[in-house]
Amino acid sequence: MSDVTADLVVIGSGPTGMAAACEARALGLSVVLLDEQTTIGGQIYRRIESAPSEIVHVLGKDYAAGQHLASEFCASGTRYIGGAVVWNVSTTGVVNYVANGGADEVVGKFVLLASGAMERPFPIVGWTLPGVMGAGAGQIMLKGSGGLPTDPVVLAGGGPLLYLLAWQYLRAGVRIEALVDTTPRSAYFRAARHMIGALKGWRDLLKGVKLIAAVRHHGVRVYSRARELSIVGETRAEGLKFQHRGKQVQVRASLILLHQGVVPNTQLSWSTGSEHRWDSDQLCWQPITDEAGRLGDTVLYVAGDSRRIVGANASAVQGRLAALAIGKQLGVSNDTTRRSAVLEGELERYTHIRPFLDALYRPCDENRVPPDQVLVCRCEEVTAEQLRKYVGLGCRGPNQTKAFGRCGMGPCQGRLCGLTVTEVIAEARGVGPSEVGYFRIRPPIKPLLLGDFAE
Amino acid sequence: MTVPEGINVAAALLAGGARDFRSSIVGQVSRAPYCMMGVCFECLVEIDGIPARQSCLIPVRDGMQIKRQLGAPELKVTNIGEGHE
Amino acid sequence: MSEDQLTVVGGGLVGAAIAYGAARRGVRVRILDQGDVAFRASRGNFGLVWLSSKGGGMPRYARWTRDAVRLWPELHQELLDLTDVDSGLQQTGGFWLGFSEQELQKRANLLAKIDREVGDIPFQMMEPSELKQYLPGIGPAVVGGSFGPHDGHVNPLMLLRALHAGLREKGADVVTGADIVELRHDGDSREFTIKARDGQSWKSDRLVLAAGLGIADLAGHVGLYAPITTTRGQVLITERLKPFLDYPTNKVRQTHEGSVQIGSTTEDVGFDDGTTVDKIEWLARRAVATFPTLGRARLVRAWGALRPLTPDSYPIYQGSASCPGAYVAICHSGVTLAAAHAFVIGPWMGGLTEAPPDFDAFRSDRFLDPNASFSHDH
Repeated sequence: MSDVTADLVVIGSGPTGMAAACEARALGLSVVLLDEQTTIGGQIYRRIESAPSEIVHVLGKDYAAGQHLASEFCASGTRYIGGAVVWNVSTTGVVNYVANGGADEVVGKFVLLASGAMERPFPIVGWTLPGVMGAGAGQIMLKGSGGLPTDPVVLAGGGPLLYLLAWQYLRAGVRIEALVDTTPRSAYFRAARHMIGALKGWRDLLKGVKLIAAVRHHGVRVYSRARELSIVGETRAEGLKFQHRGKQVQVRASLILLHQGVVPNTQLSWSTGSEHRWDSDQLCWQPITDEAGRLGDTVLYVAGDSRRIVGANASAVQGRLAALAIGKQLGVSNDTTRRSAVLEGELERYTHIRPFLDALYRPCDENRVPPDQVLVCRCEEVTAEQLRKYVGLGCRGPNQTKAFGRCGMGPCQGRLCGLTVTEVIAEARGVGPSEVGYFRIRPPIKPLLLGDFAE
Repeated sequence: MTVPEGINVAAALLAGGARDFRSSIVGQVSRAPYCMMGVCFECLVEIDGIPARQSCLIPVRDGMQIKRQLGAPELKVTNIGEGHE
Repeated sequence: MSEDQLTVVGGGLVGAAIAYGAARRGVRVRILDQGDVAFRASRGNFGLVWLSSKGGGMPRYARWTRDAVRLWPELHQELLDLTDVDSGLQQTGGFWLGFSEQELQKRANLLAKIDREVGDIPFQMMEPSELKQYLPGIGPAVVGGSFGPHDGHVNPLMLLRALHAGLREKGADVVTGADIVELRHDGDSREFTIKARDGQSWKSDRLVLAAGLGIADLAGHVGLYAPITTTRGQVLITERLKPFLDYPTNKVRQTHEGSVQIGSTTEDVGFDDGTTVDKIEWLARRAVATFPTLGRARLVRAWGALRPLTPDSYPIYQGSASCPGAYVAICHSGVTLAAAHAFVIGPWMGGLTEAPPDFDAFRSDRFLDPNASFSHDH
């Protein structure tokens, strides 16, 4: 039992966490930041402090912009605890974690959950074979260690990260076997309805257009409006099969990077028992908070991508706004109205493009709700067919299917299967995902060794 | 194996050409990393005697012993008569 | 053969076993469950089929438990043959482990007393050297233990699935999403009317209230007294591990899938099924003290299980005097007693047989005696 207390405990060192810590420190609050990784930056700014300049160059300007925030954070006087696996957060601000093999605890007058996003699962036939990874994984390796594919790689799916990675790979000289784009024609029409917002966020729009143009210019073979994707291979990925212009195409590759957007990492927020809503635009669960990010009447706040997907820049601003709200609660003397107004303006600017992107890159039904033979729960190896059978036996939601078939009982604690389970059940029952609900998330938030609890 | 400093075990293994990391618990099929950020639990390997560790979260250290994780972790039970671990 | 319609309110372990027991004897059975199919109290059951130390304060209960565990293999096999669902019975004995001489002595005294009062409830006290032959992994903190040859464990969720599948095979009517709010008895027609919150209603000749945690109010509607409280037991479960524990202990057991279940606390917290950091830590430390090798096992989940508890912790099985044909059945050990619920209680409350001998001991009237005092014996 530790007696470390702080005005604010931040969980996560991505843009949200770093910015919130900086803002809180500027108000004179004491801040402790717990990070599962051992270096700051979260996922999007991985290794931001020490990435070699050639990698920074490959990654592009958006990544480089993170260095500014990282410097601010390092100078902020936040107490940083790396390698800390948070396993429980109470609604009263007690945060339990394990670091260096020992259990510890820190109490915050307020706690900010800033776990960011994770990649949406892409459950297609063969997705569990070695050689299939998320595009985010590819980017993490590039950032983390300059890791590049040595074998030809196929990128498949849709969404800004996919094209960004393609562009980064091309700059690094990687051979891209094919880019298989699943964005349907209808998505463009749907997105056009949000054109005004997109034009308001013209900087982001232009960035995207340039990216895609560059990828095509490099001569990468792009297959558009691809359908019925499946991974080919028995014990390893050997290629990707799909329907294109009415014909079946097969591209050989031993590395296939899939991507259909990112989703809020809601494990922490669910574990607190807080209410969440199903967002039918982003097709994911989002914690219900007030304007500043507060969960109900607890001392917990959520900001950034783990609240709803808004991107790195907007996440940082949300972190700052949460810090300001918390500062106000704690009665800091500074008048923050002007600062808030500036931040609100920034937030609006950074999120103009969101509805357009959400509509354009809305993941396709067939890539979210798989056919029978596809594994939904990777840990416990439960197929979509088995899930549907449990629904037929009377299971109405994920917790019942978990009781029946262990789906969600593995070490990932439902992270990789949760969304799919909800949607498969919803489709089988003919109701909306919000009626089906989500797994009941319990501590420990991440598995830890029983020996870590030793006195 | 020699790798750049700061790299995590999973990235090091992949860079070194390892294609599968473990055999799954239920079906004993080959598995390899999927997310590289600690949420998928596919990158599990035995490191320095401790089974089923998330290798994408662990920085490489000099002299590390890494083994494939075959199925469920095995707990070593001390022999009759010996003291505790 | 009775033509009566039996309705069982409550589709958890107790209700499903009783309903199955009646259905397999040809009774027309309908079972009403509140919401989902995954059953709250039943989900919290530890999974032990446990005779040892039961009924120290009520010999009739010790006898009831003894008979129940003897019937378990038959239930397991019958359900497996009928439904292909394996409840996973392993009944080759179980252990209680102690950490002090005082504890051991107390345990030995209790087990001896029960065997003396009831008969044929064998047990064996063991030193660590003998314990290690069965449980090689026990740690130095364990100073001894007791072995019960009739003890064992099952997978409680699979048992529930098996019972429900068995109900369907026997033609019973299984209704889910039925939140029962009112019961009525017509003295002339002797018929019961059961009403749900959403307006659905059913008629029945016989009625069993086995709704565990939700029962107290409903019982009153048909002249039954069911004073229960809820007790919370926090339980931990680890990742799947290769098999290393061949026998269950009452606090740590390795499931068929390989995960190790660690339990449990006994807390009076109302309907709060949450967990607490201090109890999770306490359970983890105790598990590691018992089996040091568990220090290397990963905890994957902790939960709070709510189970019904009567004032003396012993079951209530009672028929209504004012509304003949209505019964209440509540117990804490829905798994251990499952076979007895199926083979004995089902036919009784289904109208085919008389009450089992000396069953007055389980009437809830015992709690109305102003001279009696109760403590929880579990």
